Amino acid sequence: MTDPAANVLLKVSDLQGWYGESHVLHGIDFEVHQGEVVTLLGRNGAGKTTTLLAIMGILAKRTGSISFQGTELIGMQPRHVARQGIALCPEERGIFSSLSVEENLMLPPRIAEDGLSVERIYKLFPNLYERRSGNQGTKLSGGEQQMLAIARILRTGAKFLLLDEPTEGLAPVIVQQIGHTIAALKDEGFTIVLVEQNFRFAASVADRHYVVDQGKVVDMIPNDQLEENSQKLHDYLGV
Amino acid sequence: MFELLGIPPQVLLGQILLGLINGSFYAVLSLGLAVIFGLLNIINFAHGALYMAGAFVAWMLLHYLGIGYWPALILAPLIVGAFGILMERTMLSRLYHLDHLYGLLLTFGLALIIQGLFRNYYGISGLAYQIPDLLSGGQNLGFMYLPNYRAWVVIASVLVCFSTWFMIEKTRLGAYLRAATENPTLVGAFGINVPLMIMLTYGFGVALAGFAGVLAAPIYSVNPTMGEQLIIVVFAVVVIGGMGSIMGAIVTGYMLGIIEGLTRVFYPEGSAVVIFVIMAIVLMIKPEGLFGRPV
Repeated sequence: MTDPAANVLLKVSDLQGWYGESHVLHGIDFEVHQGEVVTLLGRNGAGKTTTLLAIMGILAKRTGSISFQGTELIGMQPRHVARQGIALCPEERGIFSSLSVEENLMLPPRIAEDGLSVERIYKLFPNLYERRSGNQGTKLSGGEQQMLAIARILRTGAKFLLLDEPTEGLAPVIVQQIGHTIAALKDEGFTIVLVEQNFRFAASVADRHYVVDQGKVVDMIPNDQLEENSQKLHDYLGV
Repeated sequence: MFELLGIPPQVLLGQILLGLINGSFYAVLSLGLAVIFGLLNIINFAHGALYMAGAFVAWMLLHYLGIGYWPALILAPLIVGAFGILMERTMLSRLYHLDHLYGLLLTFGLALIIQGLFRNYYGISGLAYQIPDLLSGGQNLGFMYLPNYRAWVVIASVLVCFSTWFMIEKTRLGAYLRAATENPTLVGAFGINVPLMIMLTYGFGVALAGFAGVLAAPIYSVNPTMGEQLIIVVFAVVVIGGMGSIMGAIVTGYMLGIIEGLTRVFYPEGSAVVIFVIMAIVLMIKPEGLFGRPV
C-alpha cells in the first residue's frame, strides 16, 4: 500500500492556510494513493479539519500545492473542486433541517456517471430506507444523521471522500457499523481521507496514518507498524 | 335583509373583498421579500420601487409600443427581474460579506433613486391604465357587485403564490434553494453554483414585485409613490409572518388584508394602524413571527 509505484491520487505540498489573519496551517505535506484509506490524526486544534476545508476550497486563503489527479486545486472554488470528484462529509454532518431525509440524500448533484445507486445506498444503510420519507433530516438520531451525511456523497460519483470525524459522539455499535461501511467503500474502490480523534477506530480501518500537530504533518505511520510506534503516537496525541 | 351588529352584509362583504384584494398584493410582495431574505439575507428595500416599476413598465409597453395587458403580465416581470439581476451583479453581490444593514441601506438608496427618476419624468399625478376588455364589467352576486378584474387579481395572486410555494417546497430546485438558505458553503461544496442561484433568486423575487405592479396598474393609478405607500405595510406583513418563511408570507398577506378590511367596517379609525398594532403584539409574544422558526 505504501508501494512507491502506486498511483498517487492526491498530493499536498507545503499547504499553508489562514482564517482571516490567523495563520493555522504551517506547511502540510502528505499524499494519498488510489484506493487507500488514510487518516489524519492529531490533537484538537492541530489543523486536521482545516486541512480538509483547504482541500475542498472552503478555506479560501491558502497557499502551497494541492494536486488531485494532476490538477492543481489551489485557487479553485469549492464547487469546482467538487466537480473534480471530491466530496466532503463535514464534522457537523450538515444535515439540512428544511429537507426531508430523501431530499437530503438526493441533494448533491451527480458529478460522474458511476455513483452508487439509491438501491445500493439503502442496502448499505437500511435505517435510512425505513426513515426516508416524511422525516425531517434533523429529526434522525445522531448515528442516522451521520449515515445520511456519508450516504448522500456516495450517490454523486465522487470517488475521493473526505470524512471529518464520522464517529464523534456516537455509540460503539454505530461506530462499528461505520467501520464496516468504510471497509465496504474501500472494496468498492473509493479512496478515503479520514480525520479522527478515535485512534482505535482509525487503526481498524486505515492503511496509513499521518500525524498532524500545530498545522504541520509531523509523522507518517503505516498501519502495520502501529505496534512498534505506539509509544511515539501516544506522545503525539497526548493520550 | 339580515344585519350583523348593525352592519349591512353588503358593506361587510364589500370590505372583506377589498381586504382580500389588498391582501393579494401583500401576499405576492411579501412572498418576494421572504424568498430574497431567505437566501440573500438582504432586506430588499427596493421592493416597493420595483413593484411601481412593474406598473410603469406595463404602462410604457402599452403607450410606447402598443403592447397590451396580457403580454405585459409576462414581459414586465421579466424586464423588472432582469433589472434586479443587473442590480444584484453590479452592486448587491459586493455586500454579501458585510452586515445585513449595508444591503438594506443600498436597496433603500436605490429605491429613492428609482422613485425619483420616475417622479422626474412622469410627475406624481398618476397615469391611467385601462382594464383589459376581457375582464371589464362584473358579476352581480345578489348580495354585492363583484368587478371581474378584482376577482382576477385574487385568482392570479393565489396561482402565483401557490406555484412559488410548490416550487420551493416540493421540487428539486426548491430543495437546492432551501439547502442553500441553511448552509450555502456546504451546498457549494457539493458542486452547486450558489452565486448563480442567489442571482436568479433575487431576479425571481423582484420579478414577483413587477408582476404585482402589473396587476395593480388597472386598479390603482400608475404613480411613482404607489410602492412607497404599500411597502411599509408589506414589511409589517413579513415581520408578522416570520422573516424568510414562504408559507408565513403568503398566509399572513391574505389574512392581514382581510383583517384590515374588517377593521374598516367595525372601527374605521383603526384601519390604517391595525396591521402595525398586530405587528407590535406579535413581536412581543412571538418575536420570530407566526410561521418563523424560533431564533
